[in-house]
Amino acid sequence: MDRLTGIKRFAGVLVGGALLLFTTGAISETAVTEGSKAAGLDTCVAPTADIRRNHMDYLKHDRDLTVRKGIRETQYSLAECVECHAEKDDSGAYKPVNAEGQFCSSCHNYVAVSLSCFQCHRKTPELKSGSDTAMNQGGDFNVESLGLLQSLDKPVSLSRDELVRLHATVKGD
Amino acid sequence: MSCNSDQPDMNRRGFLGKTVVAATAAVVAPGIMLTVAKASSEEGASSAVRWGMLIDTNKCADGCSACVDACNKENGIDLMQRPEGQADEMWNAQRPQWVRKVKLRDKQTGEVSNLPMMCQHCEHPPCVDVCPTGASFKRADGIVMVDRHTCIGCRYCMMACPYKARSFIHQDVAEQLTGAPRGKGCVESCNLCAGRIDAGNSTTACQDACNRDGHQAILFGDLKNPDSEIAKALKTESSHQIRADLELNTGVRYTNI
Amino acid sequence: MIKTQYRELHCSSPRYWGGLASLAFIILVGLGAAFHMEHNGHFVTGMSNQIVWGLPHVFAIFLIVAASGALNVASIGSVFGGPMYKPLGRFSGLLAIGLLAGGLVVLLLDLGRPDRLIVAMTTYNFKSIFAWNIILYTGFFTIVGLYLWTMMDRKFEQYKRPVGFAAFFWRIALTTGTGSIFGFLVAREAYDAAIMAPMFIIMSFSYGLAFFIITLISAYWWAGRTIGDLRLAKLKNLLGVFVGAVLYFALVYHLTNLYVTQHHGVERFILLDGGIYTNMFWIGQVLIGGVIPLFLLYSPAFTTSRFALSIASLLVLIGGFFQVYVIVIGGQAYPMNLFPGKEVLESSFYDGVVASYTPTTAEALLGIAGIAIAMTLVAVGSRMLRVLPESLEDPAEGECA
Repeated sequence: MDRLTGIKRFAGVLVGGALLLFTTGAISETAVTEGSKAAGLDTCVAPTADIRRNHMDYLKHDRDLTVRKGIRETQYSLAECVECHAEKDDSGAYKPVNAEGQFCSSCHNYVAVSLSCFQCHRKTPELKSGSDTAMNQGGDFNVESLGLLQSLDKPVSLSRDELVRLHATVKGD
Repeated sequence: MSCNSDQPDMNRRGFLGKTVVAATAAVVAPGIMLTVAKASSEEGASSAVRWGMLIDTNKCADGCSACVDACNKENGIDLMQRPEGQADEMWNAQRPQWVRKVKLRDKQTGEVSNLPMMCQHCEHPPCVDVCPTGASFKRADGIVMVDRHTCIGCRYCMMACPYKARSFIHQDVAEQLTGAPRGKGCVESCNLCAGRIDAGNSTTACQDACNRDGHQAILFGDLKNPDSEIAKALKTESSHQIRADLELNTGVRYTNI
Repeated sequence: MIKTQYRELHCSSPRYWGGLASLAFIILVGLGAAFHMEHNGHFVTGMSNQIVWGLPHVFAIFLIVAASGALNVASIGSVFGGPMYKPLGRFSGLLAIGLLAGGLVVLLLDLGRPDRLIVAMTTYNFKSIFAWNIILYTGFFTIVGLYLWTMMDRKFEQYKRPVGFAAFFWRIALTTGTGSIFGFLVAREAYDAAIMAPMFIIMSFSYGLAFFIITLISAYWWAGRTIGDLRLAKLKNLLGVFVGAVLYFALVYHLTNLYVTQHHGVERFILLDGGIYTNMFWIGQVLIGGVIPLFLLYSPAFTTSRFALSIASLLVLIGGFFQVYVIVIGGQAYPMNLFPGKEVLESSFYDGVVASYTPTTAEALLGIAGIAIAMTLVAVGSRMLRVLPESLEDPAEGECA
């Protein structure tokens, strides 16, 4: 009897270990898809591990700020997730982030958490530029305008995107 | 490695191990970011302003639908597809219409007038009073809108609205604009182009379109600022609230009805 | 005095399970219809931005109103001390719970986002009468459940009266709330009337009792038990009073509206030239739901006819359904008067035009499923709990005193 329990336990450990291996395979390396803007960046708008764990709370918090209070300049915005993480296909068109195997859905499917954002929200970056409501336009930030290094007489001229990335670079991993 | 418990800790350790310079920067940067963000855009909707509109029905042209088209484009309404095989009449009754053109004739005098009809952005909006979840709300700056995240689609607000200004989304929506989310089962209505206003614009899409066509029937602005064009116009001309008997103190007003 | 013996509803298996199976089938079809509506969106229904509440809401409101009325029998028994009604109290409570559950399921499944039920239960805007109703509904389940308990458990019998009182007041509040859903809609001419709340209470008395009579007679027929004539005569007279009261309130409501010049248009619409709504009002509500039942209930020819009583109850329900339909749909179909003194020449949004509404089969199936859910709950409940007296034969002379 005791021996049987021991075998069972051992088998359990084996199975558990195997599962663990799978899971670490899934989360240890980057989940960012190739061909998205995010693939070329060092980090997300906050340290990656933090974002992985808390993005839903951050997004929820900032969505309320945006919708209820009209504060659009939030650190976390779904539009920005889409902007950065949408992958382009061979023809240069964006794939929806919630499509099979894409950034959002690959993780959400894996952990079996429903992804309801895109029942209403746009799933690809908007192509037209200069839209009044688009959250940011991306592009590389100018190192000289890093704020910290600026002289006092020059007005601070950082785009929101630059700031976010500066913030992430100095703070993150 | 356990996969779900220690990630933030690892990160924190890594963070602590950064160089002194980086750590200092990390402390300073958020502060700077905050101040810059404050300088670059206003801190959201403020109760010091109340957005409103003044519509001169004399200038609103018969047969012109520039404001409606512009609204549909600005808010992604034109991206919606009519369900296959649906009759015109049903489509018109079910598709969202944030603004609509109405042509009126006075029963006594026969005088004909045209006007755009949309959410009147009441100071005391009945739709906000009746909404069970508080999804229908009024922003500090007087814009009445729906928070889709808490809208359960009960449509009580549509029953309560005296202006029939609200639309329910009756079908799946395949494509939206980034600034105008839209999905099956929620209610929506004109939000005075809140996204544009928050981005610092001072006109709505319908006003721009009306001006572009040379009519200038729509004037948008801050009702609380005595120096704004709209406040001055309201002070000099006699204007009219639709269903003034309900005493909702609408933000959208009309002249020459 | 003979003590009333309660026993679970037992009848021959095929009869019980057959009945239950057909109810389950109706529910299944209704759920399929709901899925169809939710999956495709409401464009597959007849509802639109003009008629925003359709047939499902008619069913739901009808059932919710009837639910609070069904509790009346219990209230009369334990709050107002009517000995003839006392043995019926348990069944009355069960029926009330069943009807409310049926109505709420319909209401819920018609939401644009039924998946957000949790939002509706956790986020409240206390200025909304609708939010109050959500609290009133859940409270109703709790209080009536407790009420049932005190009626069924001898240990808690001393609490029966206070809980009965609480349930009575709660049900009055609930129907007031349901009526106020419409009464508070200042914008629509057909609704903006304080009389809506008391009218809904009277409607609930009438529909609830009619539902009670029908289910009671069917249950006893199902189980092969007997009901005494005297007891039925009591219920019958009460129903007559309620039906008359509903007619009276309808009269007062329309008279008030007729006095207000502003409301002449909508009155003309409902009473004279509203097409289907006028027909529903006069033929459905007044004739089928009022005059004929009154005749059946009070005509000496049918004094002891159970068939006449059943038919009368059924007609009250049908008439009541039409009444709710006229209130809910008719009230929306009549155009809102945005521009007094003006006529609308053109509008893409049907301003100034009577809105058209053709309910689809799916909506009707969902609504009928609501009734089936109510009946299933009652059937299962009375099979599992001792709610129905073994015999409802009339007590011998003097026993009631």
